[in-house]
Amino acid sequence: MEERKLICINCPMGCMLTVAMEKGAIVSIEGNTCKRGETYAGKELTNPTRIVTSTVKVTGGREPMVSVKTKADIPKGKVMECVRALKNVTAKAPIRIGDVILEDAAGTGVNIVATKAVEREE
Amino acid sequence: MENYDIVVIGGGPAGLAAAASARKSGIERIVILERDKELGGILNQCIHNGFGLHTFKEELTGPEYAGRFIDQIRELDIEYRLNTMVMEISPQKIVTAMNRVDGLFEIQAKAVILAMGCRERPRGALNIPGYRPAGIFSAGTAQRLVNMEGYLPGREVVILGSGDIGLIMARRMTLEGAKVKVVAELMPYSGGLKRNIVQCLDDYGIPLKLSHTVVDIQGKERLTGITLAEVDAEGRPVLGREEFYSCDTLLLSVGLIPENELSVGMGVELNPVTSGARVNESLETNIDGVFACGNVLHVHDLVDFVSEEAAAAGKNAALYVQRTDPAKPDVRPEAGERGGLEDGTGAGERAEADDRTTAGARTGQTGESDLGICITAGDGVRYTVPETVRVRHMADRLTVRFRVGNVYKNCYVSVFFDENRVLRRKRPVAAPGEMEELVLTKEQLMRYPELETITVKIEEE
Repeated sequence: MEERKLICINCPMGCMLTVAMEKGAIVSIEGNTCKRGETYAGKELTNPTRIVTSTVKVTGGREPMVSVKTKADIPKGKVMECVRALKNVTAKAPIRIGDVILEDAAGTGVNIVATKAVEREE
Repeated sequence: MENYDIVVIGGGPAGLAAAASARKSGIERIVILERDKELGGILNQCIHNGFGLHTFKEELTGPEYAGRFIDQIRELDIEYRLNTMVMEISPQKIVTAMNRVDGLFEIQAKAVILAMGCRERPRGALNIPGYRPAGIFSAGTAQRLVNMEGYLPGREVVILGSGDIGLIMARRMTLEGAKVKVVAELMPYSGGLKRNIVQCLDDYGIPLKLSHTVVDIQGKERLTGITLAEVDAEGRPVLGREEFYSCDTLLLSVGLIPENELSVGMGVELNPVTSGARVNESLETNIDGVFACGNVLHVHDLVDFVSEEAAAAGKNAALYVQRTDPAKPDVRPEAGERGGLEDGTGAGERAEADDRTTAGARTGQTGESDLGICITAGDGVRYTVPETVRVRHMADRLTVRFRVGNVYKNCYVSVFFDENRVLRRKRPVAAPGEMEELVLTKEQLMRYPELETITVKIEEE
């Protein structure tokens, strides 16, 4: 039996989780205060994922940049690829919160959406 | 001179929540004065996710969280002035401000809500020896450059201080292609949230060196490197084991200081620990009708709690305006605003109104002064907000926020009413980087009519 320790990151409580694993499968999870801790530990040790936030250039807008995020969490191993895919993307103003900036980022099937509104340049 | 019921100084998360809450409590004439070109304050540059779990039960980025409140301000039709710098507030609550459209102008406010936020501690406050080359930024400045203006401040980075902004920027700079070599922290523990250490450092293999500080800065025109040294228990560098790191950028994430020049100028008393105003249960300062909330009051880790605190300040400011309105001299504060509340605290206000006669008589007998009962920070607790509570003015429940002074494991947060322990709550871990809170109820305080001092302390096993 292997014991893995990790910190739950779902909320600022930062619960210390102790996970017992047997041949890559989770046997027990302790230390969590809520259900989300259990879900997190399961995911983090088998298929860790992250929401990625970054910025892209804007043309014709009041601001030079707009902030963006992956609409859902993506596999941790795809984070850098996802950010690289945004390097040459430009968004055209006006932009509203939630507008899709890039579809299917890095083959994850997840869209990248704007998190800030940018009005057109006057 | 213009007249407003409430003037809110600052249009960041605190100012927005305070203004919205005051409007919902029935105040018409409100104006927010904001010095930036847009509302939302520092949230606009905090593009990472993790905001709003408590308030909206979903995980938002900073601009999205601000967006929700800005929408509310628009829906509630609350006036705001951008690019507006407040120059001075007088003790009589005359606000002097200026902008390019109106020039210099004065507003007479009935109540003022201080929501100016905080700013970063700069290099000059640290006494780091060495040259003064380009390439040394506060973490928040770097954050603004990268996230809003589209510049990368450098390619090889060392970060001093493990505050949340520093941790967030370690990840952000890495994603933008820079190499973050190390994060050094003077204290033996990190000042940032655990989730940020996991997601921003561990995920990218960035080392965190606790009990380390920068002892030398090299480079004439541009930074070429820094020297790190371990520090002893007193924070003094241990010589002989220094390590040199070549880098072109040093980010400082070494603390935030509430921006209280306006408050001090008008005579608001500050607490030396928080560098924020001393406030009572209504988040009112020593000046009648002047309230404070958010990071200008004490530095928070989570914006959700800023919004919560600011909403309370907004409501209390509204009550103050209604209570002191000469047009309605007979309106009792609690009764006056009961109908306008949406958050279900009406019941509590009614209960308070009902026991006013008895409570009033009782507080009269026990001599509860206008200053109220002191809340003091005992062993292990650095400060509390608020610092006083006037039972007759408090709502049913009062949230007391505080920070501990060290990392404690399996400790108890205890509350003493004079010598009696009335609360003992187990905490698996408490750390200076994470704000704690507890709730005092009016009912509980009514049971101790002779009470003089409430002490919050940490008890170890």
